[in-house]
Amino acid sequence: MERSVYAESLRGESSAVRKRDNVLRTLAKASDRVMATFFVICGFASIALVVIITAFLVSSGVPAIHEVGFKDFMFGKVWTPTSENAQFGILPFILSSFYATIAAVVLSVPLGILTAVFITKFAGEKLASLLSSAVEMLAGIPSVVYGLLGMIYVVPTVRNVFELPDGACLFSAVIVLAVMLLPSVISVSASAIRTVPREYEEGSLALGANDTETIFKVTLPAAKSGISAAVVLGIGRAVGEAMAVMMVSGNVPNMPKLFGSVRFLTTAVASEMSYSSGLHREALFSVALVLFVFILGINMLLNFLTRKGKN
Amino acid sequence: MKKSAIIGAILSAVLLVGCGSTETSHTVSTDGSTSMEKVIGVLSESYSAKHENVKITYNPTGSSAGISAVSEGRCDIGLSSRALKDEEAQTLDAAVLCYDGISIIVNTENKIDNLTVENIADIYTGKITNWSEIGGDDLPIVCIGREAASGTRDGFESVTGTKDSCVYAQELTSTGDVIQTVSTNPNAIGYASTASVKDTVKTVSVEGVMPTNDTILDGSYKISRAFYFVTAKDKKLSGDAQKFFDFCMSKEADEFIESAGGVPTAK
Repeated sequence: MERSVYAESLRGESSAVRKRDNVLRTLAKASDRVMATFFVICGFASIALVVIITAFLVSSGVPAIHEVGFKDFMFGKVWTPTSENAQFGILPFILSSFYATIAAVVLSVPLGILTAVFITKFAGEKLASLLSSAVEMLAGIPSVVYGLLGMIYVVPTVRNVFELPDGACLFSAVIVLAVMLLPSVISVSASAIRTVPREYEEGSLALGANDTETIFKVTLPAAKSGISAAVVLGIGRAVGEAMAVMMVSGNVPNMPKLFGSVRFLTTAVASEMSYSSGLHREALFSVALVLFVFILGINMLLNFLTRKGKN
Repeated sequence: MKKSAIIGAILSAVLLVGCGSTETSHTVSTDGSTSMEKVIGVLSESYSAKHENVKITYNPTGSSAGISAVSEGRCDIGLSSRALKDEEAQTLDAAVLCYDGISIIVNTENKIDNLTVENIADIYTGKITNWSEIGGDDLPIVCIGREAASGTRDGFESVTGTKDSCVYAQELTSTGDVIQTVSTNPNAIGYASTASVKDTVKTVSVEGVMPTNDTILDGSYKISRAFYFVTAKDKKLSGDAQKFFDFCMSKEADEFIESAGGVPTAK
């Protein structure tokens, strides 16, 4: 009997507790819901930004392309926006961007991959961490600083070494770009190499292959998708870089020549936007749109490669 | 109670802001030449410092756009770095604010001291490609210029008659860049606003005349042009616009014009 009274009182207490718990739970749920909504808003904000930027670029870039004519705009070889018979052909920009990117990637990717191999496989712990932080520092240097160094050292050196009248050319831009791509290529390929299971390499070594053979025939092929992601990332950075290349490329809208002054898609927009007006200004938006479409394509390729790597 | 106090505070703030804006609503709008950006900047700054409730706006659209803006009544004063065309002069007045000299600069190692306007035009259009053709060392000539739509480029090309026919090795986006590039390349020739030129490069004389305030003013230095204030003939300027106009044309403004690199008119 006593026990049941005790149990009764206990039950009474527990029902009060339960009530309190219920209130708390509802509150917690409500705050969860508020936070969830907040997260959704944050998530959608970034999507909204992409949509807004895309809409803006398309709406401000299409009219000039339409007015100039798609073929004349994309494949025209002459850019004279302020002359009496203004011509808006951006083929020189597209080709210059294309060549500079390819050349910079060809220079920096092998160098970057080999550096990544050294950091992950050969360097001692201390040296590896020193190198890694140096690479991170390199990635943190603002592009205008690369441009400045390029303008002061690379351009005169290129002029003297190749005995050119002027050193501001596609080649100088390629050199500066290649240096700028190195950090991202190194860090992405280093992490790709680190994800290769140790057993693969041990298996290879056990079969009698030496270190070099193991790295080139087992490790790097196994890290292939991560490394190709590094390459595509490098391409994206090279296409999008404006400041540094503007300072070393001479900036004249010529068809690209290795030792000739060139202008890229990015620098075309950056150099003329401030004073432009009318159709000239609209055409610069169109150049930005073309650049945007290229970068979008490169990013999609990057997504595809990283997803393939995960499977 | 609290709420009403807050609402009251907001309302009074709005009212105050409203009052403030009506008090500073004296704006003088200018529109036109991008070359005049610096001069107008300095003049409006010094004028606003003395007249706190007057705001001077500047819209860098280019000389022609500024002229059409003032003729359509979209601004008070149009800014032009070219003289009015005959049909424009029928409805508009142009007053010379100051002159702008464009110096021709070469590397300090270059032996050339003097060029004619014809030499300069031939160099920039690619007819002369080596310094030896005009008495210098046997070195290729590298023409440095400004980007399309730049005011200095427009001034240089219109004075030398090389509009749209210049063959540039580099098109740079600022006067500083041009000077820097010419100072590091012994083959280079460039042009820059006279006031910006420093000792790192060598200024050559044109037709035997060095660019100085006097030679630019009397017109003996050839590569220079005037900056104009353009106003409508049939419409009187508003009180504030007229005061700003008078200030800019007065002797008082000379020091500001000079500090911005312009050459004031003789008064």
